Amino acid sequence: MTEKVDQSKRQFLSIATAVTGGVGIAFAAVPFLSSLKPSARARALGAPVEVPLASLEPGEMIRVIWRGRLVYVLRRTEEMLGRLVGVTEYLRDPDSSNVELQPSYATNEHRSLNPEYLVVEGSCTHLGCAPLPRFEVTPSSDWFGGFFCPCHGSKFDLSGRVYKGVPAPTNLRVPPYTFSQTNVITIGIDSGTA
Amino acid sequence: MANNDKKQMESSSKLLNWIDERFPYTETMRYHITEYYASKNFNIWYVFGVLAMVVLVIQLFTGIFLTMNYKPSAVDAFSSVEYIMRDVEWGWLIRYMHSTGASFFFIVVYLHMFRAMLYGSYKKPRELIWIIGMLILIVLMAEAFSGYLLPWGQMSYWGAQVIISIFGAIPLVGEALVEIIRGDYSISDVTLNRFFALHVIALPLALVALIFVHIVALHEVGSNNPDGIEIKEYKDQHGIPIDGVAFHPYHTSKDLVAIIIFLMIFSVVVFFAPDMGGYFLEYSNFEKANPMATPEHIVPSWYFTPFYALLRAVPDKLGGAILMVLAVILPLFLPWLDRAKVKSIRYRGWIYKMALSLFVLSFISLGVLGVLPAEGIYVLLARISALFYFAFFILMPYYTKIDKTKPVPDRVT
Amino acid sequence: MNNLKSPFYLTLVLLMLMTDIFAAAGKSLEKANNDPQDIESLQSGARNFMNYCSGCHSAEYVRYDVIVSDLGLTDEEVKQYLMFNTQQTFDTINASMPQTDAAGWFGQAPPDLSLMARAKGTDYIYSFLKNFYIDPSSPTGVDNLILAGTSMPNVLWELQGHQFIVEEDGVSHLELGVVGKMSEKEFDIFLRDTANFLEYLSEPIRNARRALGIKVLMFLAFFLMLSYLLKKEIWKDVK
Repeated sequence: MTEKVDQSKRQFLSIATAVTGGVGIAFAAVPFLSSLKPSARARALGAPVEVPLASLEPGEMIRVIWRGRLVYVLRRTEEMLGRLVGVTEYLRDPDSSNVELQPSYATNEHRSLNPEYLVVEGSCTHLGCAPLPRFEVTPSSDWFGGFFCPCHGSKFDLSGRVYKGVPAPTNLRVPPYTFSQTNVITIGIDSGTA
Repeated sequence: MANNDKKQMESSSKLLNWIDERFPYTETMRYHITEYYASKNFNIWYVFGVLAMVVLVIQLFTGIFLTMNYKPSAVDAFSSVEYIMRDVEWGWLIRYMHSTGASFFFIVVYLHMFRAMLYGSYKKPRELIWIIGMLILIVLMAEAFSGYLLPWGQMSYWGAQVIISIFGAIPLVGEALVEIIRGDYSISDVTLNRFFALHVIALPLALVALIFVHIVALHEVGSNNPDGIEIKEYKDQHGIPIDGVAFHPYHTSKDLVAIIIFLMIFSVVVFFAPDMGGYFLEYSNFEKANPMATPEHIVPSWYFTPFYALLRAVPDKLGGAILMVLAVILPLFLPWLDRAKVKSIRYRGWIYKMALSLFVLSFISLGVLGVLPAEGIYVLLARISALFYFAFFILMPYYTKIDKTKPVPDRVT
Repeated sequence: MNNLKSPFYLTLVLLMLMTDIFAAAGKSLEKANNDPQDIESLQSGARNFMNYCSGCHSAEYVRYDVIVSDLGLTDEEVKQYLMFNTQQTFDTINASMPQTDAAGWFGQAPPDLSLMARAKGTDYIYSFLKNFYIDPSSPTGVDNLILAGTSMPNVLWELQGHQFIVEEDGVSHLELGVVGKMSEKEFDIFLRDTANFLEYLSEPIRNARRALGIKVLMFLAFFLMLSYLLKKEIWKDVK
């Protein structure tokens, strides 16, 4: 009986059925995998956050939560901005060459839209601890003030740029933000898009 | 090229050898799949076992993903289901698959059981398969019932209230038992939380274990067939049953066709009628559970209505409960109640054919009556149906013995 | 094999009987005859809902941005015509009235409307809103034929006018005593659109689910054809 069987037809049908079944399973997997993404509620809760700056004094920093993540907003003094120049030789990436870490409008020495206001995520790029603000200069060492991570000792300058010789590999991340009104920053919306 | 292929074959058989020395992979595949021989004359009734496996897989998968977003608390349960339906991407599809799957599980299992009754699959030597199957049904009922409370809608709440109260009918310990089941003085957050534990861990584990044993037992004795003949009695020179064909590729290719047809029917419900006119998703379950107001019509899920009708057919709390439990327990004894010499309905006499038809009729009419209000003519009809339901089992030793059977052929037809 | 068919047919007959029994079981509600595929009707229903319902009723599971994309509206349109209670399109629809106050004023808090159409059906909503009548003995001044003793006032009286109950030969029906801003026909359309929108709210995914269903079935039909050919091919071995 078997010699009459058209082997190539059988093989073709087997492969076609297997492939179609595979495609079907792949399609069926889409809803399940997509359901793992942040839901509409998460997106709503992760909506842009408005930060009024009127009461922020020079040299002061506030913490805000955007998408459940800690964001630092620091109002730098002229003196603090001055320190950004001298520190560069101690930094790993003083020119913010890693474009993924900040929007294009923050790819500059002060890593911000307006030099006065620094907006960075308070999450160490090593393993995610929240770096502590240490703005004062220690004259005896090469510390120019900035952020210090208590977990593993990583150091960042007043623009969130990482020092050489610490565990953190990159600069602190700058979230998308814009000046939605005078003296109000909206975190979560890119400058120029809204 | 040919050389390459050969090398690949060698290395894959090396890996296989390595595994086989440590785990009976090849042996298991042969025993259960490529050299498991089942009759070549299986008809449509023989696909429901495989389909039950398909539904099981659907329920397990969708269940895991629902658990990721569901919150088992009286405060959050209802809104977390709506959260799944609206805010979670594709959550609606996963939920509808699960709710539709619950109903299809029972459709498929009831038909699977009816197949066993048609062809005497519960008779010697398959009594144990039948008993394990009945246990699977009971666990499945518990699974469905515990799952039904989880959406915390009106019907969830009041359905659970009614069914749990049945245990109160047991003399002496009843009321204490009801409190232990609920874990509170009424259906509450505590009840919901423990039903959740049962529904997502305890019962599914039991279900999967029982199904495993069910299949192991089946493959030990071999599948029955529409003629009710043991195909193992006629083997060829290789020891292969002449009327059998290997599970793979023959039955698998046939089952695949059945699975796809099943998925099409399943999809029609999921995508076009997920409520199924209020039978798969009850309308009053779209209202949050409210301990202050019972809905006008309390109806259990459709797959429980035959048993629910029995409960109501008796004007006595304990009597109704006993009748309902009996209705689930009695089929366990089928292998010994049936005294016929033949297995398949093809060779049975007119008495069994009539008895089985009446049984099916009584089961369906009980199902219908369980949905209708328990008043007037419906009560009488429920009692008549109950009579036929139980008569089928109780009189079985008698009528199967006197029934005139036809001669059974040696080989499958 | 013939003997197997009889239980089958009996089942069929019984199932047909069953559907008949249930068709007869419902109360005499008027048919809303709404069509959830009719986007224009949904759009005006949305406007009706926001203007007349959302003051007291919430739809706590529904987000505005879902309505925006489903009903083909722009964010601006929604902000201007629909969003009276909030500023953010991703917010859920909350009532303007604090629910605890409402409970004090009406005796009970107005129910959430996210799932009302699924729980009660659009015919019920349509009939309920249509059958208010003047009843001086009620605290709200009105009662309802569908839900007697309802604590909801007739918020649509300006549009519908006032109805009075008239009893003739033991059968009571409603008659329009004071004419409203809308003709009877206009008011029926108003109610139909509103009920339609509530049905949409109860399951915003409905239309998408049906559209996807057709694609899934087409894929499965193709798969069925292949698998059937394969089965036939493989079973050529079996004699």
